Amino acid sequence: MPGPSVIVGILGLQGDVVEHVAALERCGVETRVVKTQEDLAAVDALVVPGGESTTVMRLLERFELRAPIIARVKAGMPLWGTCMGMIVAAHDVAGLTQPTLDLIDITVRRNAFGRQIASAEMELAIPALGPVPFPAVFIRAPWVERVGPTVDVLASVDGHPVFVRSGNVVATAFHPELTGDDRVHRFFLSLVGREDAQRTAA
Amino acid sequence: MEGTDSQTGTTTLKRGLAQMLKGGVIMDVVTPEQATIAQEAGAVAVMALERIPADIRAAGGVARMSDLSLVQRIMDAVTIPVMAKVRIGHFAEAQCLQALGVDFIDESEVLTPADERYHIDKEKFSVPFVCGARDLGEALRRIAEGAAMIRSKGEAGSGNIVEAVRHMRAIRDAISELSGSPAEELVARARDLGAPLEIVRQIARDQKLPVVLFCAGGVSTPADAALMMQLGAEGIFVGSGIFKAAQLVRDGAPVPDEHGYPKIDPDIALRYARAIVAATTHWNDAAIVVDAHKSLAGARAMKGIDVRRLANEELLSVRGN
Repeated sequence: MPGPSVIVGILGLQGDVVEHVAALERCGVETRVVKTQEDLAAVDALVVPGGESTTVMRLLERFELRAPIIARVKAGMPLWGTCMGMIVAAHDVAGLTQPTLDLIDITVRRNAFGRQIASAEMELAIPALGPVPFPAVFIRAPWVERVGPTVDVLASVDGHPVFVRSGNVVATAFHPELTGDDRVHRFFLSLVGREDAQRTAA
Repeated sequence: MEGTDSQTGTTTLKRGLAQMLKGGVIMDVVTPEQATIAQEAGAVAVMALERIPADIRAAGGVARMSDLSLVQRIMDAVTIPVMAKVRIGHFAEAQCLQALGVDFIDESEVLTPADERYHIDKEKFSVPFVCGARDLGEALRRIAEGAAMIRSKGEAGSGNIVEAVRHMRAIRDAISELSGSPAEELVARARDLGAPLEIVRQIARDQKLPVVLFCAGGVSTPADAALMMQLGAEGIFVGSGIFKAAQLVRDGAPVPDEHGYPKIDPDIALRYARAIVAATTHWNDAAIVVDAHKSLAGARAMKGIDVRRLANEELLSVRGN
């Protein structure tokens, strides 16, 4: 776990922000909701929560956070996107011209499981987190259609990656913040302040 | 298959979608073009309907579930979630919308109620429901029926924020009152609220609703949105506020489009919608709310109605129980 001086930011423009704050505080780290450049400068890692990706991309542009986040991540700041955050962090979105931050070399498909009535909860095998399956909650979730050579796949559903990592960037198609199981939060925190978490992808 | 025991339509999934909408603006739209404008402006979802509440109010007659081919065309036009309204108690309309694949159903007092005694048993559905409430008792009865999200009723189509303020304060004040109540008082409180004891105990413990609480009914300016967020709303529904402000008027009358509906100016609608989104995101930063208002130059908020001058049968918020 990172030291007590570490502050983990949660992008707070829209989405399930307080759920991530609660989970991270259970893990014993200080948090800060990030809505401005000043907030971003004060954090050591950033979680991009669940929400609507079109909305948040527009707000990132309008409130001038897009370029500073990209710069921080390229300089090594760990970033984890859940659901909407996975889409925002991706290289591109299959079949759509939607802008993204292009922080991890994956192509995602939005609403890949279908509309809301196809949203599902399941027990997901994630070997990196140990033998106990993870209670994965997928809500209008994306999945990964293409992974670049630098990307590790940590879990999949029906052959589609739903948990990926490349260097300091982590993305999950599901919502660990809704479950009370903090293992993915702890996995992400293990990257904060670690040398080998530095960005390896081009 | 690496995931097992897959389940759909659970309470976590239904309440979870509402959690993903927090901090956002849900906009009423009556055409696919308006839905696209709403998405472009940063709406987190759209409410697909045939007429905005202000026009429903003006038209009179029985207001029903929207034309399903229109709802389908709006679903096809955007990637954000699409909501649609059913009449209070009309579970067959809800079955239709679930079968069509809408992402959220609003069992809404804006439409003419189908059942004056009972609301829909929402537990039976896989699709989540949002319901309106004027006070905590009404909110808890809806949650007990399976609502995954609550919104203030406000007074839809009035362009007047006063009822939404009243409802949001009533809900918030009743929650703080419960939080301070000793355990032995909760049975009596549950009786007074007309709500199940289990949920009342949960509210007393958690000091918040178990589902997301949005504001609806009367939001028509960026400052209205900032006000409601500061009063404890977790997000904003804008019914008539955006597209009413963008309606083209000639000689004091709305200009009809080719379908006979009021024609809108897309530029004004986009600016108006963006401004309300900005004020909802940065509700605690008055400088940004100022910029949002400045961006409306040339647009005018809907005229609105003094709700004290409405006859009882003209009020929408008294529908439902």
